[in-house]
Amino acid sequence: MNNPTHLGRFGFLLWALLGGLVGCQPNQDPNTLNISGPFEFTSQDPSRTGYVYTRLQVAETLVDVTPDGRLVPGLAEHWTVEDRGLRWRFQLRANIPFHDGHLLDAQAAAQALNIARTKPGVLKSLPITLIKAEDGLTLSIQLSRPYQPLAAVLAHSSAVILSPQSYTAEGQVTWMQGTGPYQLLEFTPPHRLLVQRFEHYWGTKAQIPRVLYLTGHRAESRALQIMAGQTDIIYTLDPASLDLLKRRHEAQVYSESIPRTVQIKLNAGHPFLRDVRARQAISLALDRASIAKHILRVPGTEANQLIPTLFKEWHLAHLAPATQNLRQAQALMQQLGWQANAEGMLYREGQPFRLNMITYADRPELLVIGTAIQAQLRALGIDMGLSIVNSSGIPSAHQDGSLELALIARNYGNVVDPLTLLQLDFGHQGNGDWGGMQWNNAALPLLLQSMEAETDSAQYAQKAQQAAQVLADELPAIPILFYTQQTAVSRRVKGFRFDPYERNYRISEMRLETP
Amino acid sequence: MMRLLLTRLGQAALVCWSVGTLSFILMQLLPGNMAFRVAAGRYGYDNVNLAAAQAVEAELGLDRPIWEQYLDWLLNLMQFNFGQSLVSSLPVAHELLHYLEHSLMLAFSAMLLALLLALPIGIYAAIRENGWFDRASLILSVLLRAQPVFMVGLVLLLIFSLHLRWLPVAGFDGPRFLILPAISLALVLAALSSRVMRHAGVEVIHSAFFQFARIKGLSFSQSLIRHGVRNAALPVVAFLGIQLVTLMEGIVMIESLFSWPGLGHGLAHAVFNRDVPMIQGAAISLGLLFVGLNLGVDVACHLIDPRGRGDL
Repeated sequence: MNNPTHLGRFGFLLWALLGGLVGCQPNQDPNTLNISGPFEFTSQDPSRTGYVYTRLQVAETLVDVTPDGRLVPGLAEHWTVEDRGLRWRFQLRANIPFHDGHLLDAQAAAQALNIARTKPGVLKSLPITLIKAEDGLTLSIQLSRPYQPLAAVLAHSSAVILSPQSYTAEGQVTWMQGTGPYQLLEFTPPHRLLVQRFEHYWGTKAQIPRVLYLTGHRAESRALQIMAGQTDIIYTLDPASLDLLKRRHEAQVYSESIPRTVQIKLNAGHPFLRDVRARQAISLALDRASIAKHILRVPGTEANQLIPTLFKEWHLAHLAPATQNLRQAQALMQQLGWQANAEGMLYREGQPFRLNMITYADRPELLVIGTAIQAQLRALGIDMGLSIVNSSGIPSAHQDGSLELALIARNYGNVVDPLTLLQLDFGHQGNGDWGGMQWNNAALPLLLQSMEAETDSAQYAQKAQQAAQVLADELPAIPILFYTQQTAVSRRVKGFRFDPYERNYRISEMRLETP
Repeated sequence: MMRLLLTRLGQAALVCWSVGTLSFILMQLLPGNMAFRVAAGRYGYDNVNLAAAQAVEAELGLDRPIWEQYLDWLLNLMQFNFGQSLVSSLPVAHELLHYLEHSLMLAFSAMLLALLLALPIGIYAAIRENGWFDRASLILSVLLRAQPVFMVGLVLLLIFSLHLRWLPVAGFDGPRFLILPAISLALVLAALSSRVMRHAGVEVIHSAFFQFARIKGLSFSQSLIRHGVRNAALPVVAFLGIQLVTLMEGIVMIESLFSWPGLGHGLAHAVFNRDVPMIQGAAISLGLLFVGLNLGVDVACHLIDPRGRGDL
């Protein structure tokens, strides 16, 4: 250190070494598939973030779902419905090992489902009276009334079957021991999960030895990750990154419709919204095509009804597209006694047409869509405020009656048969935390209830069409757009397939191309 | 020395109680239903509803009187128990440790890198006072310091991740993920600390004791090592303490840009989900960290500077 210039040289040398070290390292492990998405996980409890573990194929359900929405055998080889729909019998596959080495039997399945029933979720809302093991591989579920979508609910991620060793005496999951082609290796909530191939998997073994999931909180960062070669698959790209990614050669972008709909939940008991014509006017004032083209950048996704095309039985194929017609909207408002003042704002008996819309930041595009709706409704003369709340603010405001309008993104594929979700949303006199509010429709809940016991598929489809028609006519919620899931996949990944229900990332079918 | 330690220990206890109580009160004052918030954090926005909120309320006893919940927390705190996260049901201490580990790892790596950069630059600039190197380092410092830290991060990210593809963009899965966020922070820190070191160095070089050392026959480097370093270190160490505090605050920006699972990120999510024990735990940890940093700086100054020892 006698010569002071040595200090400077030392610093530069260190940087050079660091740079060299970094430069030598490949950016990706040839045996690990790196995936990233927006969701965080805080627990291994299936009722909380079970979808993470079905997506990564750690845990499996009795019933499986194909990408086109058909229910197929999963851990159960087949099932029968007896006693006028009151008893379901599931015959489990033999010799299925859990990751801890135990073999699947009806007792383990009964325990997993009984624990799941005690926790909040779709299973809890079912008319199940008893779940028990009849013999080694026969599971029986007793119902208090027939419930035809039971098999679809058993494909839900909260109904995964785990080894009895996974649970504490209180029913908490300490370490998930599932039956899937991948087993949990490292669990670092809320952002990092490492799974490795389960060598004793009962089906076709996975090809890629390890899969790493890292939460990418910002959509922009996720897009950069794939451009930089850090990540192989990015789920949920933001519209702004789409064009950029499509122009580059590192990754291929897959755009697939998913059963999620952006819609306006509204208080149909509000004096301004009670008349269906007011709701129709709002719907007519919306320029969905521009929102689809300029905000989500997926033209053609305008929603004219709540339930997306994926559910053919529930989707009204012949319903006219929802196009903007401001003149017709104004005429409807005039019929209701609303008059525009000099600034074009609507007034009735000295009262302005002023409503507040709430939305939540979990899906960032909702705020932008909300702002567009605000501007479009202003053209009709409606003064709409927009505020951001926590997602829990929607059911909370529904319960305390303060909700006027809410912009939400509802997942109709949460259970593969939308009946379960529709009953939650419109089943209580037409109302539900995320569905109708003070709509008070008696016919739709009855229709939905009658479908629970409907075994004739033609009849079922007919009733589903009737229910969809009621929702389209009465507009207890106003549909805006159908979602498209944008996924970027690196060129080295082969065999990528997307599951629109987002239950299963099908990573066990993928392989990595070695350079 | 013992008095200093006891004072700091008392401060730490006061910080724990006051920060925890304040967080508790603030969380109670926030609008919105707590059970619904926790349910959203646990079950996600697709599954939060009245049934989930009621289950959460019953499980966590959120319907109990506020004072009872507060007393519960206070009693637990006295037993060094932060409780369980309302969202994940994992022990708060476990989660905090995870976040804190990442934040501290980033903060200390950044600090170390900043020192490695600032020390040679600052000392060399002091020796070559008003020379071209001193002026160039001043211009570079001003330029870097004028940038928000995320801008520096973004530029590095575009060069090293996107263009050269040497380093990962975001997340954390090993030491390689640490390099970019640490360098981003270090550059901004070094911009300022190199100037402080330069000024401290110049002051020492111009001081009478340094000149005396030179006159009595010591070489420049001998004078610098025997008489210069310790004297110049005093303002630098005090400054580094302050810088580390501001670093812990400013780290949130970098955590967000690089999806770094640190305390800032954990605290933000805990606020969204109204996870009171987590918020209290995170705030208390930050408070204790500041007390610890102050103590560290005091002890370091005490060891470097013999003049104030009689006062403690």
